[in-house]
Amino acid sequence: MVPLSHYLILGAALFAISVLGIFLNRKNVIILLMAIELNLLAVNLNFIAFSYYLQDLSGQVFVFFILTVAAAESAIGLAILVALFRNLRTIHVDDLGSLKG
Amino acid sequence: MNVPIPDLAPAVAELFMLAAACAVLLADLFVRDARRWITLALTQCVLAACVVIVVVTAGSRPEFTFSMMFVDDPLADALRLCILVSVAVLLAYSRRYLADRDMFRGEFMSLTLFAVLGMMVMVSANHFITLYLGLELLSLSLYAMIALQRDSATATEAAMKYFVLGALASGMLLYGMSMVYGATGSMRLDEIATAIARGEANRIVLVFGLVFVVAGLGFKLGVVPFHMWVPDVYHGAPTAVTLLIGSAPKIAAFAFFIRILGDSMEGLWPDWQSMLAVMAVLSMLLGNLAAIAQTNLKRMLAYSSISHMGFLLLGLLAGNGMGYTVAMFYVIAYVLMNLGTFGMILLASRRGFEADALDDWRGLSRRDPWCAFLMLLLMFSMAGVPPTVGFYAKFSVLAAVVNVDLLWLAVFAVMMSLIGAFYYLRVVKLMYFDDPVDPQPLLASTPSRVLMSANGLAVLALGLAPQPLMAWCMAAIQRSL
Repeated sequence: MVPLSHYLILGAALFAISVLGIFLNRKNVIILLMAIELNLLAVNLNFIAFSYYLQDLSGQVFVFFILTVAAAESAIGLAILVALFRNLRTIHVDDLGSLKG
Repeated sequence: MNVPIPDLAPAVAELFMLAAACAVLLADLFVRDARRWITLALTQCVLAACVVIVVVTAGSRPEFTFSMMFVDDPLADALRLCILVSVAVLLAYSRRYLADRDMFRGEFMSLTLFAVLGMMVMVSANHFITLYLGLELLSLSLYAMIALQRDSATATEAAMKYFVLGALASGMLLYGMSMVYGATGSMRLDEIATAIARGEANRIVLVFGLVFVVAGLGFKLGVVPFHMWVPDVYHGAPTAVTLLIGSAPKIAAFAFFIRILGDSMEGLWPDWQSMLAVMAVLSMLLGNLAAIAQTNLKRMLAYSSISHMGFLLLGLLAGNGMGYTVAMFYVIAYVLMNLGTFGMILLASRRGFEADALDDWRGLSRRDPWCAFLMLLLMFSMAGVPPTVGFYAKFSVLAAVVNVDLLWLAVFAVMMSLIGAFYYLRVVKLMYFDDPVDPQPLLASTPSRVLMSANGLAVLALGLAPQPLMAWCMAAIQRSL
């Protein structure tokens, strides 16, 4: 049987990759959306691992809620992306710098 | 199979708001553009009816329902009232602003109602799932509302920034919640509190989770080092939406802090106290210093909100009933001042003119003496000059901090407030001692002027007689914790 710590390390690694993806990525806004998705999946992995380990169903129920919210979140993110592209004709992260100070 | 029906009575205000928000969304489809005021009137009626429901059903003890996932206690009642009233005032202020910018549409009203529903769920949550769902309902509505001005490059850019950082914050919060769940074996706030009190939870995992929870909450509240989104979003969003982001959600975020840290993780007080102290110190320092350099009023108020939220954390980190009471007083006073200040920007704006540059406020006292006086009161209150409510709020927070032997923190806060007074008084100086660029008085309609006068004078009246509000906050906190 795979011990709990393995799952937690995998979850932490995925979480770290997604956070780095958000802060280091200077290219495409779509990569940011992918990083956000990965972030939530890392959390889901954690919840399922704990839920199995604790023999408690509520963690798995929470995962369903997170998945649903993540879907709504990407819908809104993509909608904002489309509006952004119509205004700026670009989706490069570096071009999002008109608000400064 | 027999599914028991949960007791719906404690959640009746939320259920009503859900049904009414859907009804407004549908009803708006049958309203022509020229008669959009009907939707606004319906929205205001919904908010008023919800206020009545909250007042009528207010109890003096916590009532739980939905398998203990939802709680209706005096704290939730008080905060729900504040949220509803502030949103109603906001809608009244922003009507002309929205109409001038082709944003006076049903989407704005229904998204506002859904955001209010999210906040109401947040303030009465007793479980991680309810907290998270309320928070997301609020955040998703706000993302969409910022981008509502589809043709504005700054608004869409602000929406994107808020979306990415907000989603990251939710992710952090959830990661922390998963760790707390793993350590305590429960997601119900009261069960987490008992698990921590019994000392059966793995402390390292618990503190690890706590760090992420506090970071996520810090993002939502907009405190340093998680403040990057605040200036850009305040600046880029349409002023009416900025007002919404800066007012009621702060109350909801306060409730979030109280529920998670005060209620369920009271046993970890020394751990989160030091985290909040660091965030408070950095927020007051950076917020006040960066605000001095701003030429845009909305951006200046964004940095001022960072420093105010630092002050709010001071009250929370005291970690006792008095600290929570003064923090609640502070957040209500802040929302009142914020409504007034951004409301004034809304009143001063015209079609094609945002009134958000500091220079736009030159000589306001000659253009419109009464509005200039109200703005003076609001700026004094933000700066914490007696006898306004801002002074009393700051004073009582400092008293709470001194009470738990954190004298250095209080001294630091006073110094930072002194620095902060500079940029608020600069606005007063511009209004009273400089020549106007444009001699016209403000275009504000009489009802919005009356409302603004009430708002500005309330800042003064609550400063002169703060005891009733303070007693109300104290009763709400004492009966709930």
